[in-house]
Amino acid sequence: MSQEQDASVASGSSSARRPTVLVTGAAGTLARQVIRGLKADHEVVAVDFRYAARLGPRVPSYKVDVTKRGFEDVFRKHDIDGIVHIGRIGEDSSRESRYNANVLGSRRMFDLALNYGVRKVVVLSTFYVYGADAYNPALLDEASPLKASNLTMDLVDSVELENLANIYLWRYPELDMTILRPCHIAGPGVRNTMSLLLSQPMAPFLVGFSPMMQFLHVDDMARAVEMAFRHRGRGIYNVAPQDWLPYQDVLRECGCLGLPVPSLPPNVPATLSRLMRWKAFPSFLVDYFKYPVVIDGALFRKTFGFEPEHSMAAVFEHYRHKKKR
Amino acid sequence: MSTELRKGHAPGDAPPPPLPRKPVEVLERLLVPEDLEAALARLDRPSGSYDYDPWGLSIERSKLFVGLVKRLYDNYFRVTAHGLENVPAKGRALIIANHSGQLPIDATLMAMAMLTSPYAPRAPRAMIERFFPKVPFVGNLLNRVGAVIGDPLNCSRMLENEEAIIVFPEGVRGSGKLYRDRYQLQRFGAGFMHLAMEHRAPIVPVGVVGCEETMPSLADIKPISRLLGLPYFPLTTLVPLPARVSLYFGEPMEFAGEVTSEADVVARVDQVKDAIRGLIARGLSERESIF
Repeated sequence: MSQEQDASVASGSSSARRPTVLVTGAAGTLARQVIRGLKADHEVVAVDFRYAARLGPRVPSYKVDVTKRGFEDVFRKHDIDGIVHIGRIGEDSSRESRYNANVLGSRRMFDLALNYGVRKVVVLSTFYVYGADAYNPALLDEASPLKASNLTMDLVDSVELENLANIYLWRYPELDMTILRPCHIAGPGVRNTMSLLLSQPMAPFLVGFSPMMQFLHVDDMARAVEMAFRHRGRGIYNVAPQDWLPYQDVLRECGCLGLPVPSLPPNVPATLSRLMRWKAFPSFLVDYFKYPVVIDGALFRKTFGFEPEHSMAAVFEHYRHKKKR
Repeated sequence: MSTELRKGHAPGDAPPPPLPRKPVEVLERLLVPEDLEAALARLDRPSGSYDYDPWGLSIERSKLFVGLVKRLYDNYFRVTAHGLENVPAKGRALIIANHSGQLPIDATLMAMAMLTSPYAPRAPRAMIERFFPKVPFVGNLLNRVGAVIGDPLNCSRMLENEEAIIVFPEGVRGSGKLYRDRYQLQRFGAGFMHLAMEHRAPIVPVGVVGCEETMPSLADIKPISRLLGLPYFPLTTLVPLPARVSLYFGEPMEFAGEVTSEADVVARVDQVKDAIRGLIARGLSERESIF
């Protein structure tokens, strides 16, 4: 790991002991926002498998792969009190490397957390784990079955990461573990598939289908992560606004031109997505543009007193404005 | 950002006179009478910032459908609704009816009767068959006008939201039955009774008379229904026939207290069935002509 350390970064130790938090996926927009919030009263150690993010002189930042042995050096070097696990390998990588990083890598991190006396862990999961099933009731709560792995092999790693986190959650009560399942996160700087899609002038939709969707501004999600980290609250929580809009209306609000994709026979959209290599409309997520996965964020709102500050309209405005430039 | 801003005028301004521009708006203007529009506006349902609720219902976007159904309700099926005063003015309720007529015309007409009730207009929800979400356009349209798949979780949530919910416990057994079995109640599922007891929701029994004659089915062509993945494929008329439809809303039934076994639940279901049977018998005896 040491040779991969960003040379520009200063050492993380300081004389007055402030709690130290390790943030993974630090190069991403959400993690940067979270770090900005936590920096005020925490020592932040940032890691990312892509590159060592530049986060200012006081934030040691490493390019490190959580599956590699060198990752433990971060724990040896810094006295870590808490972890915010945002970094996950996305759709670009193979199924196997995603599984290695997101499941096996996370397990390694949880073990290190236990060995090095970490007290608080926040894990960023996703609402995708519920699966886009035709029979989904609306307002899925946290106890709803996770059907994603049953519907597509490509989301097995997301579901297994949760299972794993769950095992640590009940087996080690001393570890205050909070798992967050947010709806679509969008807004300035976000580079997930949905954000890529809404940034395009033209976006595919399935003819005859327009499922209800929920969007959370990245600033609000960063606040939610921060709240989950700062306050006790072991468990699993959906994070979503009490607001909903069908996908085709979302496209209109974001100034996207809809590109109709035939929805019958049922395997056409996924095949088309594969043939066209649509990065922002990956074949394994196609069903999320067909059937709604509406989640209920009530438990998180109540437990942590969370209320989004940005409306969905503000999220869509960002994408509309971006196209005008 | 407020709705006003999205539509392009400042928040302080008086709203500009609505000018129908899109074909949908023109049709709305033609099909939705003012009193119906006013009734819809008064509903004031809980929704998100875009007028949609989590199940996809939008009153604003249902107007055209409602206007169209109102025409059919008045002029094609010439519906008479009895006992609308029995529908609770507000609060949770399960509206339980006999199912018939191949298509969910019965639910649509019951909803219209409740929406235009002289006592207390309500926009009910309806629990629909599980194959609907997979059908392009239809699934979305049904969601938009307030129907959702008949999942007990949906029903629970909606009862907690103090909604009135139309349920056909016969399901496809009722709607898909042949003409020779008309007005004979098929097996009732007991799910609605469990929900009524759990959420202390009154049950309003409804007898629907006339829908059996809208699409009389002589046979169920099973190879086609299997091929299309449909629950049934009736040998019937191409379009629904203009049968007169009468709706009889019965007095609310309360089922409080514990049950000791599933047999107790079934006995309670039978009480509802008996009430519906009584309402159907009344409707059939009062009917003067089918068409």
